[in-house]
Amino acid sequence: MVEVNAGRRRPSSVVSLTRVPELAGWHREGDEIVLGACLTYADMERGELAALVPALAQAARTIGSPQIRAVATLGGNIGTASPAGDTLPVLAALDAVVEVAGRAGGRRVPLLELITGVKKTSLAPGELVTAVRVPVLRGGQEFLKVGTRNAMVISVVMVAVVVDLDGQSVRAGLGSVAPVPVRAREAERYAGEHTDWSRGRLAGPAVARRFGELCAESTAAIDDHRSTADYRRRAVAVCAARALARALPPLEA
Amino acid sequence: MTETVTYELMVNGERRVVEGSWLGESLLFALRERLGLPGSKNACEQGECGSCSVRLDDRLVCACLVLAADAQGRSVTTVEGLTGADGDALTDVQRAFLDEGGVQCGFCTPGLVMSVHDLLDRNPTPDDLELREAISGNLCRCTGYGRILAAARTVVARRGEASLHESEGPA
Ligand SMILES: Cc1cc2nc3c(=O)[nH]c(=O)nc-3n(C[C@H](O)[C@H](O)[C@H](O)COP(=O)(O)OP(=O)(O)OC[C@H]3O[C@@H](n4cnc5c(N)ncnc54)[C@H](O)[C@@H]3O)c2cc1C
Ligand code: FES
Ligand code: FES
Repeated sequence: MVEVNAGRRRPSSVVSLTRVPELAGWHREGDEIVLGACLTYADMERGELAALVPALAQAARTIGSPQIRAVATLGGNIGTASPAGDTLPVLAALDAVVEVAGRAGGRRVPLLELITGVKKTSLAPGELVTAVRVPVLRGGQEFLKVGTRNAMVISVVMVAVVVDLDGQSVRAGLGSVAPVPVRAREAERYAGEHTDWSRGRLAGPAVARRFGELCAESTAAIDDHRSTADYRRRAVAVCAARALARALPPLEA
Repeated sequence: MTETVTYELMVNGERRVVEGSWLGESLLFALRERLGLPGSKNACEQGECGSCSVRLDDRLVCACLVLAADAQGRSVTTVEGLTGADGDALTDVQRAFLDEGGVQCGFCTPGLVMSVHDLLDRNPTPDDLELREAISGNLCRCTGYGRILAAARTVVARRGEASLHESEGPA
């Protein structure tokens, strides 16, 4: 709509997805949640869904303003495929699978395969995101975002940490630090190996710090008008350590 | 060649016909330029300033980001559609903005009034952070927000007093 207002796009036809009931809302299917593409950030911020996927709710609440969150959708965040898309690191950390529909029928694609570059997706012309599947996990979740102010701000970095106590794994999704959302696999492995899974606690506070450093090493941050690569790496290290310590509190050293 | 469309909007409880409009027009454009409702302001047309805030069904939105044709079948409330209690031309929020000096140039005022109403409808006793979050999508270049926050707190206090008096009943 911003581009249309500015005269950069002049659509000759428009499809109103908000009127397609199949794309609205969310529901649970066993251990999975199916999020409709037209789910708005306001829908994710609070209530039952926020309790089931807290990192998504935290991310949603940092987006734009209340007026933006009332209309902007999950499908739109994926379709935009911006490196600064705030839900994308959360979806990456959750191993989200995107349901796509097109003339040739439907397919399911992992989010990280769907997003191929800065504002680029593997969606074919005429293909539409219809839903996103995420697991319901037992364990802490945390989303942290750094920007130049508290509201209405495009992310300088984002960190999403998701703990799966049953699968005994830690997952980290990073945003605004590469053309596409990044999974910090090395850091995840390290945290998983240094967790006392019987008690559901990190082995010690130093583990969170090292985890942060490893997350920073997995980025491909650049200098741009919003920040520098150095600052971004540093912010990822600090935020990732903090997020992990909140999602999986350490045993005292 | 641009095709035109005609459709109906429900604005402030009235059925209004938008004729000969281009499909890509925003709700803000339709309200201001086609329906003669200039209360919602146009400052950025990109969702940043909130001066175009209107209620679409039960949600506060930026009218500049809503496709006018997509607002068919929904209920739109603009600042012109607000009315005070007991025939007062101003709502209690508008009156508090005046009393507290929350209006300087006034450009942001309609949007902020809509935001404060929306907040207090959902949450009659917001704390300070909730109040700040609720107006985080509204830019004001004049007041520095202090008088606006004061106005919102005044509304909360006055409504609280009024309901206290009501519950005490006539003496
Ligand atoms: C003032 C403002 C502040 C913002 N702040 C943030 C922010 O803090 N964080 C953030 O991440 N984003 C932000 N955004 C960007 C944007 O609002 C979000 O990315 C939002 O999710 C877009 O959703 P939408 O439904 O409005 O999509 P639209 O704007 O309608 O569409 C965006 C793109 O996605 C495509 N698309 C939409 N739905 C689908 C679908 N179901 N399947 C395939 N493609 C689809 C469209 O064709 C279009 O190319 C902001 C935008 C504005 C205007
Ligand atoms: S004109 Fe709509 S938000 Fe600024
Ligand atoms: S009073 Fe002038 S912009 Fe707010």
